[in-house]
Amino acid sequence: MGVAGRRFSTSLETNGSREDDRTSPFVSSEVEKRIWDVLENVPDPELPVLSILDLGIVRSVEPHRVTITPTYTGCPATLAIQASIRAALDAAGYRDVAIETVLSPSWTTDWITPEGRAKLQAYGIAPPSPAATATCPQCGSADTEEVSRFGSTPCKALWRCRACAEPFDRFKCH
Amino acid sequence: MPSLPTIQPEDVATAERASHAGNFDAPALDQHRDAIADYALRLGDDALILGQRLTEWCGHAPQLEIDLSLANLGLDLIGQATLLLGLAGELEGQGRDADALAFHRDVLAFRNCLMVEQPNGDFARTIARQFLFSTYQAALYEALQHSAAPRLAEIAAKAVKEVRYHADLAADWVIRLGDGSEESRQRMIDGLDWHWRFVDELFQMDAVEQALVDAAIGVDKAALRPGFDDVVGRVLTNATLPLPVYPRAVVGGRKGHHSEHLGHLLAVMQFLPRAYPDATW
Ligand SMILES: [Zn+2]
Repeated sequence: MGVAGRRFSTSLETNGSREDDRTSPFVSSEVEKRIWDVLENVPDPELPVLSILDLGIVRSVEPHRVTITPTYTGCPATLAIQASIRAALDAAGYRDVAIETVLSPSWTTDWITPEGRAKLQAYGIAPPSPAATATCPQCGSADTEEVSRFGSTPCKALWRCRACAEPFDRFKCH
Repeated sequence: MPSLPTIQPEDVATAERASHAGNFDAPALDQHRDAIADYALRLGDDALILGQRLTEWCGHAPQLEIDLSLANLGLDLIGQATLLLGLAGELEGQGRDADALAFHRDVLAFRNCLMVEQPNGDFARTIARQFLFSTYQAALYEALQHSAAPRLAEIAAKAVKEVRYHADLAADWVIRLGDGSEESRQRMIDGLDWHWRFVDELFQMDAVEQALVDAAIGVDKAALRPGFDDVVGRVLTNATLPLPVYPRAVVGGRKGHHSEHLGHLLAVMQFLPRAYPDATW
């Protein structure tokens, strides 16, 4: 997985109050690369087919800090995700890496990676799309309709395929 | 899980120092600290109380899909309340976090508007409240995204995306019920009539909020009213419903003058953390 493509600019640098503590004995980019690799293997607790990188909630990695952003303000998975990241970092020996949560810029489904979208479709969840109808993840038909504006979680709506009659979740555009 | 490496105290200290990067440092806001805390409390209490009301539907809604929708709306609102009350507690500086403010305040200390504490009634009355409140809240957050207080601005920017969806969902139901059967139409009319007297309070300004508007921190709510009336008018026309008759407005929530309904809501919401202060699950 390409590391460079995962970098996002965040507003952290402009906030000013951070102490500079670059006394790490490691070469930063090496450490950052290894931390990205650790995060690649942390699944989303409600959609275990996606890693947190697929979901686009990891905003940046620095030698002593991983910055993440929540999907929805009330998403119950947010604390579980933090705990999973903490456990994965600790297990890999990165106890000195903090996990910082930022709200801004706010998460959007546009940050779900192309790999993540493909994994969702294969898993049976229609990925987010501005199109009026969803493509049925079971049979590929576009003859589908919304049943309910909310599905099993706040991030999904409930849909039904008129061609194969299967119900399915569709990720909402957000 | 392999055995964990030993955690060194200096590592923990390094991580803690690094974790403060997200905090903003804006001395210009210091003079408005108390007012912003009060403002965040008002917005947070609105979200908390309506979120709690909506969760009362859980397991009781007329259909599974509606049950899911109302529970998810409640979840969004309680998430917003957690952020806003967390900010209020931080600025207040008395060591109270969002949970302390939600569960360990008495009824007179709540600053929510009267509309959100109203009982659910039937499904149409719940939808009427949701439509009116979410339409107002979406406009408020839309404007608050540009607040000079960065923490308020970022919470609003996050929440507005959720609330727009709430407003759409509720408007769809107003149309469906209003333009539905004779009975659903009558219930929708009754639901809107019930809540209409609480609309004025949503847009009411006072000295605290006016001072924040002057400092470009708060939103001039009075200025949002024409846009609100426009949306409500369009949706009700679509729903073939008449505009409710203008009743005498009831106000007072922002000063802690609540209806008797809020105390009952708090009794349910606060019982467990008050009876078992150290309970975790
Ligand atoms: Zn199908």
